[in-house]
Amino acid sequence: MSLLHIENLHVDVAGQPILTGIDLTVAAGEVHAVMGPNGSGKSTLANVLAGRPGYDITEGSVTVDGEDITPLSPEERSLRGLFLAFQYPIEIPGVSNMEFLKAAVDAHAAGRGEDPPSAVDFVKRARACAARLELNPDFLKRGVNDGFSGGEKKRNEILQMLVLEPRLAVLDETDSGLDIDALQVVANGINAFRGNGNAVVLVTHYQRLLNYVVPERVHVLADGRIVHSGDSSVALQLEERGYGWLDG
Amino acid sequence: MSEQSNELADLVGQDHAATGHEYAAGFVTEIEADTLPPGLDEQVVRAISAKKDEPSWMTQWRLDALRRWQRMPTPRWAHVQFPDIDFQSISYFSAPKGTAPTSLDEVDPEVLRTYEKLGIPLHERAALAGVEAPADTTSNVAVDAIFDSVSVATTFKERLAEAGVIFCSMSEAIREHPDLVRKYLGSVVPKPDNFYAALNSAVFSDGSFVYVPKNTRCPMELSTIFRINEKNTGQFERTLIIADEGAYVSYLEGCTAPMRDDNQLHAAVVELVALTDAEIKYSTVQNWYPGDDEGNGGIYNFVTKRGACLGDRSKISWTQVETGSAITWKYPSVILRGADSVGEFYSVALTRNLQQADTGTKMTHIGPRTKSTIVSKGISAGRSQNSYRGRVRMNPGAKGARNYTQCDSLLIGDSCGAHTFPYIESKLPTAVIEHEATTSRVSEEQLFLCQQRGIDPEKAVAMIVNGFCRDVFRTLPMEFAVEAAKLLEVSLEGAVG
Repeated sequence: MSLLHIENLHVDVAGQPILTGIDLTVAAGEVHAVMGPNGSGKSTLANVLAGRPGYDITEGSVTVDGEDITPLSPEERSLRGLFLAFQYPIEIPGVSNMEFLKAAVDAHAAGRGEDPPSAVDFVKRARACAARLELNPDFLKRGVNDGFSGGEKKRNEILQMLVLEPRLAVLDETDSGLDIDALQVVANGINAFRGNGNAVVLVTHYQRLLNYVVPERVHVLADGRIVHSGDSSVALQLEERGYGWLDG
Repeated sequence: MSEQSNELADLVGQDHAATGHEYAAGFVTEIEADTLPPGLDEQVVRAISAKKDEPSWMTQWRLDALRRWQRMPTPRWAHVQFPDIDFQSISYFSAPKGTAPTSLDEVDPEVLRTYEKLGIPLHERAALAGVEAPADTTSNVAVDAIFDSVSVATTFKERLAEAGVIFCSMSEAIREHPDLVRKYLGSVVPKPDNFYAALNSAVFSDGSFVYVPKNTRCPMELSTIFRINEKNTGQFERTLIIADEGAYVSYLEGCTAPMRDDNQLHAAVVELVALTDAEIKYSTVQNWYPGDDEGNGGIYNFVTKRGACLGDRSKISWTQVETGSAITWKYPSVILRGADSVGEFYSVALTRNLQQADTGTKMTHIGPRTKSTIVSKGISAGRSQNSYRGRVRMNPGAKGARNYTQCDSLLIGDSCGAHTFPYIESKLPTAVIEHEATTSRVSEEQLFLCQQRGIDPEKAVAMIVNGFCRDVFRTLPMEFAVEAAKLLEVSLEGAVG
């Protein structure tokens, strides 16, 4: 059975149609890339999956593990294993990364009907995940994204993903703003995570992340619809010939 | 107005009764009380003084204050609205019936139970509730419990006496330590200082008195817990803390009251005196009944708090966490007289429903190289109004003086208000005065990030607000920091639904 199944999805933002009929199926264990020029609807797709307010589904359906998620609140979707790595991570001054992660992990434990992990177990796990992303343990004590560089913010998103171990991770332009070293670290994190019955949707404008995280499928979005799908070679072709290649 | 903000406003506006997070301290204790009939004149002041067996100098002091008060107009300058108070309809004295207890065993069990219910057991071996300390450790907080107009119990007096520290009710201090009281009472907040201070000076019923002798570090936290119980009764307590040369004391104050439909007046005066090299840290967690969702009932909290850094290198630090009261009107201030003295003010004021808060501080720099820091965090939710009002004054002699002010407001929803009234009066061109102010909202993006990680909106708002207050909470003694964070969370749970 497919993990994520999107059928004929139409989405309006502020009364304007942005997505106009998306069909996409991702199986467990797969990584799919969604590419496309600016304004093609990539981020809208990522946000509507997470249930962000202001994105109105006018037609179509989205299921995760066979369940229609469209009526669910953002936190209910999270508890069912849907994770969104934000394109522009927001700061929460004064709330430490550690505190924030613990609140999230505790909420997920409660969602499964379990007791929250002990403080010791939790700290161990958070530190191990931070180490995998070559983040100093002090990073966990800093305010959520407060005063972080662009690259640190993106790594922090991946850190949250590693700690929460979602079933479906949607990464919205996680590669933008990363230098080449940081890109590799983030890619290593994603590669360590992928498989294990989960699925990853990489939303990206550029092909370069896909050099390190090789997807099973690549989809090209234009004007709110998927206009082309193929294997990882599609990304290379796009890199070489630009998005104009698909117009002809 | 975006659709998202409306959603957040809806959340905030929800009836909190459905959540079960009522004002937990809102119960009434059924005890017999000895209460004076309503009204205020010379006879009433004499009656209060007589009930307390006061020496005649004290009676005269009160009568002088009364005469001054009778000539003063009611102040109206604060950014708060309320109907005129009929001062003749208030009772100015109420005490649990019976003779004054001389030990804990003699305190009315109902009164003891009240404090236990509030989480403040007065048994000396019991730990302050909410503190996650091993059960076998003894509390290191000494408590003076004030019930309506009188002090009902002071704990750990013997251990404090060993260190030479005097910690007792104001009534006892007037009897036992008249020299200290006569020297310092009214020395920081003079009788005619303001309308409510004058009223307090005339009718104050009890309060706490602390004296820490030279070069002594008070061996434990001192704490006063105020409880208004009786109906139609004002509470007018008077606190005086003196830290002699080289002394240190940390003092905590907590306040609760039952839920009543009428407004009750609380007009306290707190005076702090720090001599050379002395330090006083004064922390308040104020949770007076705030009134209901429609603004009925609640405490009018009109308080004068002021400290004087008389000696060189002395330091006074105020920290307040204000979540209660229908109206809060207070400005814990510091007069920086000694050279190199330091004044600090850290404040968190949370208002929701129809609460109004006008609070801040006054830092008066007189001595050279005096330094003050002001950090104010205002959080407004519901239809509440939250104002910061602060005055920094640099006198000509305060060479090398500095002030830093940071004033942040956080709005939840779109029906509340945050206001800032900073006054800077400098007669010293070289003084360094910095003022930073921000106003922000709990943003939709922050909330969505939390929700996306599985955290429900109510917990998310509490976490974001706690983060916003971090700079202030870290100045509280640890036991109170935990309590304050919890109190804020409970108050917000009500507000966010």
